Amino acid sequence: MSADSSLSKVTVNPAVDGSELIRFDKVTKRFGANTVLDALDFTVSSGKHVTLIGPSGSGKTTILRLLMTLARPDEGTIRVGGEYLTHEERGGRLVPAGEKHVREVRKNIGMVFQQFNLFPNMKVMRNITEAPVHVLGLSADEAEERARGLLELVGLTEHADKFPTQLSGGQQQRVAIARALAMRPQVLLLDEVTSALDPELVAGVLDVLRDIARTTDITMLCVTHEMNFARDISDDVLMFDAGRVIESGPPEKIFNDPDQERTRQFLSAVL
Amino acid sequence: MTGPLWVLLLKGAWITVQLMLYSAALAAAVAFGIGLARTSRLWIVRFLSGVYVEFFRGTSALVLMFWLFFALPLLGWQLAGLWAGTLALGLSYGAYGSEVVRGALQSVPAAQREAAVALSFSPWQRLRKVILPQAVPEMMPPFNNLLIELLKGTALASLLSIGELTFEAKLARLSTGESAQVYGIILVMYFVIAFVVTRVMRLLERRAKASVGQASLAGGGHR
Ligand SMILES: Nc1ncnc2c1ncn2[C@@H]1O[C@H](COP(=O)(O)OP(=O)(O)OP(=O)(O)O)[C@@H](O)[C@H]1O
Ligand SMILES: [Mg+2]
Repeated sequence: MSADSSLSKVTVNPAVDGSELIRFDKVTKRFGANTVLDALDFTVSSGKHVTLIGPSGSGKTTILRLLMTLARPDEGTIRVGGEYLTHEERGGRLVPAGEKHVREVRKNIGMVFQQFNLFPNMKVMRNITEAPVHVLGLSADEAEERARGLLELVGLTEHADKFPTQLSGGQQQRVAIARALAMRPQVLLLDEVTSALDPELVAGVLDVLRDIARTTDITMLCVTHEMNFARDISDDVLMFDAGRVIESGPPEKIFNDPDQERTRQFLSAVL
Repeated sequence: MTGPLWVLLLKGAWITVQLMLYSAALAAAVAFGIGLARTSRLWIVRFLSGVYVEFFRGTSALVLMFWLFFALPLLGWQLAGLWAGTLALGLSYGAYGSEVVRGALQSVPAAQREAAVALSFSPWQRLRKVILPQAVPEMMPPFNNLLIELLKGTALASLLSIGELTFEAKLARLSTGESAQVYGIILVMYFVIAFVVTRVMRLLERRAKASVGQASLAGGGHR
């Protein structure tokens, strides 16, 4: 799928030494009376590929949305690269972050959505270049060159000049991956990125993600029901239930010999 | 009908078109301003813009026109008839238009805003680059209807003795006594103006749709 020459153009921000990049501290999120995340703690080390698994409604999407600052926690703090996502330090105290601070830290994070969410009013090329130009301040030429490298990576070089509606779901999702990577985030969030696709289009998207996992040092946080894919790319698998991590470990351990009965049940239902 | 009477009616038609265009420009500005304000995150902005809409929807454009033309001078401002008419029509139809703008903004899926947030666009960039380009094509058909309504509303200005089409028709009728003929002619004139307006709006709609990659749909003539 990808020529190795194109990969030099998709380097991501340097890792913050091999240490922790994402840290959730006692994060609680409620929707009305429904406590979705309950004093959740977990960390992700820089450069790691972590897969979140768990039953429907266990809060996997909520975790990614909190990281993308699309939602705010009710309690607790989230840090990315040592920076608070939701708070600012002022005079030694933590106060809720203002819009400006949030926008700054959010640049380190990219997200790919289940429904692609490409901008239908922009052609493929502009979908990818718009934010690098207007948010990061790249020149149009720089942004286009970066976009061409990424389109090559996702195998869509010849589609740069099309509108999203002219592409298949699988192609749209690959554009969305390129669009997220064009911002060179430290963290890439992937929320069931293949579950809206026709079965025959899933493999192409997963291949692209495997490539990215293998050849870049980007940190990936991935929600998926594709267990083979999770097994391939994950350094760690976190099993969620009822708003908590009930078990975590390398994929061989979680998939072959989980400690928790709940994990066993869940896996036997989805595998 | 004699030549001079035709000139009278054509001049009236021209004033009508002017009045319509000025009012439409003001109404569009009001519609976008108030429509955006109604989706604001600040409750006070939402509240005040809501008050505006309720007030101007609830008052008749005619009374407003009379007030601007006959009452305002008592407070020391004398507005020319054309401007009183423009102001009254623009402010009222702007209130209706703001509901169209608000509806169209809300019709853009929330996921589009979230995708723009994920790319760190500022609120203004989200609006200008993502939301508005998708919302504007949605606004075109209802804007077309409002514009036709506005065109008909310009006849109210005849009551301020502005020399627009209806007013000139009254003069023509008084001088000739040919009621059926004169009113028949202006009926056709209004229709022709409305027809042109609709054509232009369709064109704009197609353009707006093409700019969001829906060119093929727009040609289908649905809606
Ligand atoms: N905006 C919201 N308003 C109210 N409740 C919500 C909202 N978003 C999520 N929830 C609730 O939070 C819980 C967790 O949802 P979430 O989408 O995070 O689950 P998930 O693990 O991603 O599930 P799935 O596998 O079905 O995608 C669910 O009970 C859901 O109904
Ligand atoms: Mg989910």
